[in-house]
Amino acid sequence: MSESTPSTEPTTLTQASAPGGLVKSVVQLDRVVIRLAGDSGDGMQLTGNRFTSETASFGNDLSTLPNFPAEIRAPTGTLPGVSSFQLHFADHDIMTPGDAPDVLVVMNPAALKANIADLPGGGLLIADSDEFTARNLAKVGYAENPLEDGSLDGWQLVSVPLTSMTTDALAGSGLGKKEAERSKNMFTLGLLSWMYHRPTEGTIRFLERQFRKKPEIAAANIAAFRAGFNYGETTEAFAVSYEVKPAPMAPGTYRNISGNQALAYGLVAAGQRSGLPVFLGAYPITPASDVLHELSKHKAFGVRTYQAEDEIAGIGAALGASFGGALGITTTSGPGVALKGETIGLAVMTELPLVIVDVQRGGPSTGLPTKTEQSDLLQALFGRNGEAPVPVVAPRSPGDCFDAAIEACRIALTYRTPVFLLSDGYLANGAEPWAVPDVESLPDLRTEFATEPNGPDGEFLPYLRDPETLARPWAVPGTKGLQHRIGGLEKADGTGNISYDPANHDFMTRTRQAKIDGIAASLPPTEVDDPDGDATVAVIGWGSTYGPIGAACRRIRRSGRSIAQVHLRHLNPLPADLGDILRSYDRVVCPEMNLGQLSMLLRAKYLVDVQSHTQVRGLPFRAAELAAVLQDVIDGAATTADPVLSGGQS
Amino acid sequence: MTTPIDAHVHELGMPAFDQRIADAVARSVELGGEKQTTLKAKDLKTDQEVRWCPGCGDYVILNAVQSFLPSLGIAREDMVIVSGIGCSSRFPYYMNTYGMHSIHGRAPAIATGLAASRPELSVWVVTGDGDALSIGGNHLIHTLRRNVNLTILLFNNRIYGLTKGQYSPTSEIGKVTKSTPMGSLDHPFNPVSLALGADATFVGRAMDSDRKGLTDVLRQAAEHQGTALVEIYQNCNIFNDGAFELLKDPLTGTQWTIPLVHGEKLVFGPDGASCVVADGAGGLRIAETNQVEESQIVVHDAHRTDPSYAFALSRLSSQDLRYTPMGVFRSIQKPTYEAMMADQLEDARSGQPADLAGLLAGNDSWTVEA
Ligand SMILES: Cc1ncc(C[n+]2csc(CCOP(=O)(O)OP(=O)(O)O)c2C)c(N)n1
Ligand code: SF4
Ligand SMILES: [Mg+2]
Repeated sequence: MSESTPSTEPTTLTQASAPGGLVKSVVQLDRVVIRLAGDSGDGMQLTGNRFTSETASFGNDLSTLPNFPAEIRAPTGTLPGVSSFQLHFADHDIMTPGDAPDVLVVMNPAALKANIADLPGGGLLIADSDEFTARNLAKVGYAENPLEDGSLDGWQLVSVPLTSMTTDALAGSGLGKKEAERSKNMFTLGLLSWMYHRPTEGTIRFLERQFRKKPEIAAANIAAFRAGFNYGETTEAFAVSYEVKPAPMAPGTYRNISGNQALAYGLVAAGQRSGLPVFLGAYPITPASDVLHELSKHKAFGVRTYQAEDEIAGIGAALGASFGGALGITTTSGPGVALKGETIGLAVMTELPLVIVDVQRGGPSTGLPTKTEQSDLLQALFGRNGEAPVPVVAPRSPGDCFDAAIEACRIALTYRTPVFLLSDGYLANGAEPWAVPDVESLPDLRTEFATEPNGPDGEFLPYLRDPETLARPWAVPGTKGLQHRIGGLEKADGTGNISYDPANHDFMTRTRQAKIDGIAASLPPTEVDDPDGDATVAVIGWGSTYGPIGAACRRIRRSGRSIAQVHLRHLNPLPADLGDILRSYDRVVCPEMNLGQLSMLLRAKYLVDVQSHTQVRGLPFRAAELAAVLQDVIDGAATTADPVLSGGQS
Repeated sequence: MTTPIDAHVHELGMPAFDQRIADAVARSVELGGEKQTTLKAKDLKTDQEVRWCPGCGDYVILNAVQSFLPSLGIAREDMVIVSGIGCSSRFPYYMNTYGMHSIHGRAPAIATGLAASRPELSVWVVTGDGDALSIGGNHLIHTLRRNVNLTILLFNNRIYGLTKGQYSPTSEIGKVTKSTPMGSLDHPFNPVSLALGADATFVGRAMDSDRKGLTDVLRQAAEHQGTALVEIYQNCNIFNDGAFELLKDPLTGTQWTIPLVHGEKLVFGPDGASCVVADGAGGLRIAETNQVEESQIVVHDAHRTDPSYAFALSRLSSQDLRYTPMGVFRSIQKPTYEAMMADQLEDARSGQPADLAGLLAGNDSWTVEA
């Protein structure tokens, strides 16, 4: 079960008679979590994405969790090679991809072994019996075939020869056996599409588009997809199909979107709204590369993408472009940020706009390239020499990556500063329905270039600041009369000339800090979600934990307790009202996918006894587990006399 | 009067996304008067006190550059000098152009982003042997292979000046310095060979004190479309004094310098006693002019597409600088990176107009009615 109302007993709606005289019933569900698992080569991610698109266009709310190995093709049939895709869809608003699947589809013994522990007892298990060969069983250490030895009796097991049914269906297609077998994922998708009443036209259109140049492959995949659908309709193996009604959503245009795609679109939109050319300097790295791939497609919008020789060159080129008047962007993950540090410092010193996108992954070092984590927060905040403050913005959901990207660009352009945008692997690859914004409603990001001298004697002072934002003028090469030199050495206030003067350095260091601190004045009041209004415990998070924390809060509230949720978009500067908010609760809990980086910050900054709850499994929190943790804190708060500021900090 | 930027606008039809930059430039001209393309050397000087050690070769290079640049007819505001870190990299502070004194080794990367997004600018990189070849080696070779339109001036003093005299990647083996009291162990780079190995389209070498030769190479480099690398031998009179004396001394200089003049025979030395001939194994060798047929003497051709010839030339010199070719080794035409990038943007624009609302909605959107 995930965060939503535990499903009421499913209601059987219809008794429909299928071809062949079978009587099939349709059961109404409010939500389903499906996990597809197979070998990396089985196309599980594609299948999952297609099912997601069908589900999105049907109008359910949804959330996805792709989970795949770092190896492109680990040895076939082995545990390290298992790739899975989990999709949660519902007839109401949901926040997570679901703690555990209701339905598990396994394409081979390895997928079964790697995933069965997550399927609650009684759950539906669909297995491709063709792949449970002696050889494949031996690869993962099954002595007996679990499909036959009764060991899976605790689940509703349906063994289906997916592979051979696919090859049978494609017998006349002219494809060889091996080639035909590759369509088994589409057969499976067809079967699931029947089971859950998904619209099929989108997938057929997709396959036609995808294999435009290989019509015979397109035809085979479509045939397999249809065969799977028809099999569902006619087989006795599945007597029931399920209906999950569309979720009520505010009027508007929607689409399905992944975090990386939304982030890239946000950057394109920021370019359009600022009227500036976007320049991306990047070096490929998982899970950030898709932003580079996506932006590379949008040259028509004036987006220049530059695949550099390394991360340092990527950010260097972006900064050089910013010096020239572009909106400079660099995208990377944690290891890349480590390399970019010195250039970020240069951007702090030269006070040029620059956005550094860090799609975080498990660390340290190469860590877990394809898994999610939030452990770069302190690196983003402090990972540079000297006092080098950099604003940090974090999206909370895949679709929110769009708005967060625009916000990062707004800060960079308004305050002439490098800005961190901290996404993560879960947001990057996860998807959800997204209300397509009206372009005119997006923030106006136009900023002015300097065009004339600003000094008292008709000279140009590159470090004469805007009194309100403390931003310095942006004078781009080519502008007559404003020639100036900037660089990494300390600048004299105003003139920007090299200065080793002690008082000047002290002043400039504090001014750079004040500029970043001052951003807080441009932020809206922090939203506190406390529908009951009487919560004594608050939970605070940032980034992608928004979904699981929100889902956990809903559970708590359904059980009749109150809890307040605060979720931070800005990690630097922190909102001006945050200290007062935190101090107004008896207890504050901070769940993070790291070892307590934000909670350390909050404790240090506000002297509030923030309780840290952490997990670094490379996967998002489970809502149920988080709810239990919050429940314990609430219970503890109710029984402790003076729960505030324990540990003698007051 | 047409400024280079106007010309560019006219030529390409300034795309909307670059319009605001063009507008700012145009506004500054409205406010400050036409761009000034007839400059004097003094117009390029700044009010900053030059802080190199007295007698440093950097001074003569600065003077040569300031005297020569006006002849290019480029306005000050259309020139940008990007440097790394090192004594040499202080250069931008002394030039009344746009400039960035960046971080150690990264100038080619930064300049690439600038040049790629602002092709109408004249972008220069000033770097040192440590800056370009140690910490920044990766950026240098990749910039060269991409053929970004940059002119890179590599001040080679065969030492780390700013950090007070450690050996550098161009120091000769056995160099005794503070960090190598028993002599350095690593084999040096020959920067010209390295650049040619990276398929550089323009590679030249000049001597700080040879104003005429330096100016000649600089002019060709500046006029080159694509990345031009000029290695400038520069005396660090504090930590490596006399490093190039063999070539500077009029007597030994004539003996050991091979002047490269496109279209002319490679004859050098007192009375032209020495020459360059093919070695029969695909390379080149030094011969005594009176021992070979005149037809055997190599005629310098900087425009050969195959870099092997220029590479062979660069290999003639030894670590102790005997047989050092000076001048332009290679100068060939290839499309520049930014021109190709601009073409792709132009193609994309003409193929599919930029429609943000369409992009955001995508192909698979659905509508929820009120
Ligand atoms: C990241 C980094 N590492 C080391 C240094 C110290 N450093 C400054 S200049 C320099 C070497 C410069 O040598 P070169 O490029 O030959 O310049 P020169 O001073 O000889 O002109 C070094 C090691 C630095 N500034 N930054
Ligand atoms: S240390 Fe050498 S290179 Fe540096 S300024 Fe002095 S003489 Fe010139
Ligand atoms: Mg040096």
